[in-house]
Amino acid sequence: MQRSDLESAPAASADWPDQIFDLLKAYNVKQVALVPDAGHSRLIKRCLADNEMRVVTLTTEEEGVAMMAGAWLGGQRSVLLMQSSGVGNCINMLSLATLHRTPMPMLVTMRGDFGEFNPAQVPMGQATQPVLEAMGTLVNRADKPEDISACVEATLKFAYNTYRATATLIGQRVIGAKTFGKD
Amino acid sequence: MLSANGKLHRRPLVGAVLEGRGDMAVIAGLGASAWDITAIGDTALNFPLWGAMGGAAMIGLGLAIAQPERAVLVITGDGEMLMGVGSLATIAVQAPKNLSILVLDNEHYGETGMQETATGHGVDLLAMARGAGIKHSMLVTRPDEVPGLRAAIHARSGPFVALAKIDPETLPLVLPPREGVILQSRTRAAILGPAADLE
Repeated sequence: MQRSDLESAPAASADWPDQIFDLLKAYNVKQVALVPDAGHSRLIKRCLADNEMRVVTLTTEEEGVAMMAGAWLGGQRSVLLMQSSGVGNCINMLSLATLHRTPMPMLVTMRGDFGEFNPAQVPMGQATQPVLEAMGTLVNRADKPEDISACVEATLKFAYNTYRATATLIGQRVIGAKTFGKD
Repeated sequence: MLSANGKLHRRPLVGAVLEGRGDMAVIAGLGASAWDITAIGDTALNFPLWGAMGGAAMIGLGLAIAQPERAVLVITGDGEMLMGVGSLATIAVQAPKNLSILVLDNEHYGETGMQETATGHGVDLLAMARGAGIKHSMLVTRPDEVPGLRAAIHARSGPFVALAKIDPETLPLVLPPREGVILQSRTRAAILGPAADLE
């Protein structure tokens, strides 16, 4: 078994990570908070290579929610990149978006979703959307590559134009479900 | 500034640190830290938290990155800092010169009945900050150290983390506005100008 089999990552030919990067640039996103996920690895590389973006690697995802509140206080747009398991770490901190009406767009790569192999990913993966919605987040789902750009743009627009937490969930069907060689 | 048990009183300490603060933005962790900065003087450059426990330092980081020329000070308690202790690593790696964190360590959870925190049992938050890679740190236990603390915070040579051992006194509540939209809007206007609400 290869290490790459343990994680879900898009095929090298997929261009949706580049589309997301172009949207982050178009919407003037300056702070990119993240806990790495294999599904976001290409997007993270693009952000790291951009001199106008500040990439902040977090120890836990809720730090990114708080950071987005600070970025907005200082007049900068931000985004939080994470895997679905990280959404669980954000629950209470998302109160900030509701209390202060702060734009907090989140781009979430799904695990525990379409064709998951790892049982440990399933509980939070299945709870990701209800948990976000319970905290007042507007959620879009992209389960086809051609849906991702439109969903991410809607997520950015809705956050920055109407001042709230928003999320695009990028389905495991798009990213690729790994089976540890047991399919 | 010293109490009968030899510890610093929190509000004179905060008042001394904020004296002549200029355009410094101050984030205060929930509870007593928020009441302290409000007691010293509620201004639009105060951003007191009513919740978000563990998030104060990271709000400071986001603001410090967005406003690199402005001094940003996070004042918070030992319980709040313990909950967000990983953010010390995140902040050390980002290394914003304009960010300072002052932990008011009374070794207790003050708002919930004065239960003991880990810092009363040997946990050293300042050592944790240094271990996280914070190179500029300071322990404050005496009034004669406070001018140096104030100077270090105003110097913008951070990231700077200070920990002051303070008296676990319960002081009269001095509450800031509770409406989060007002708190955010007034701070954005103070930093970005009146057009901030048209963003």
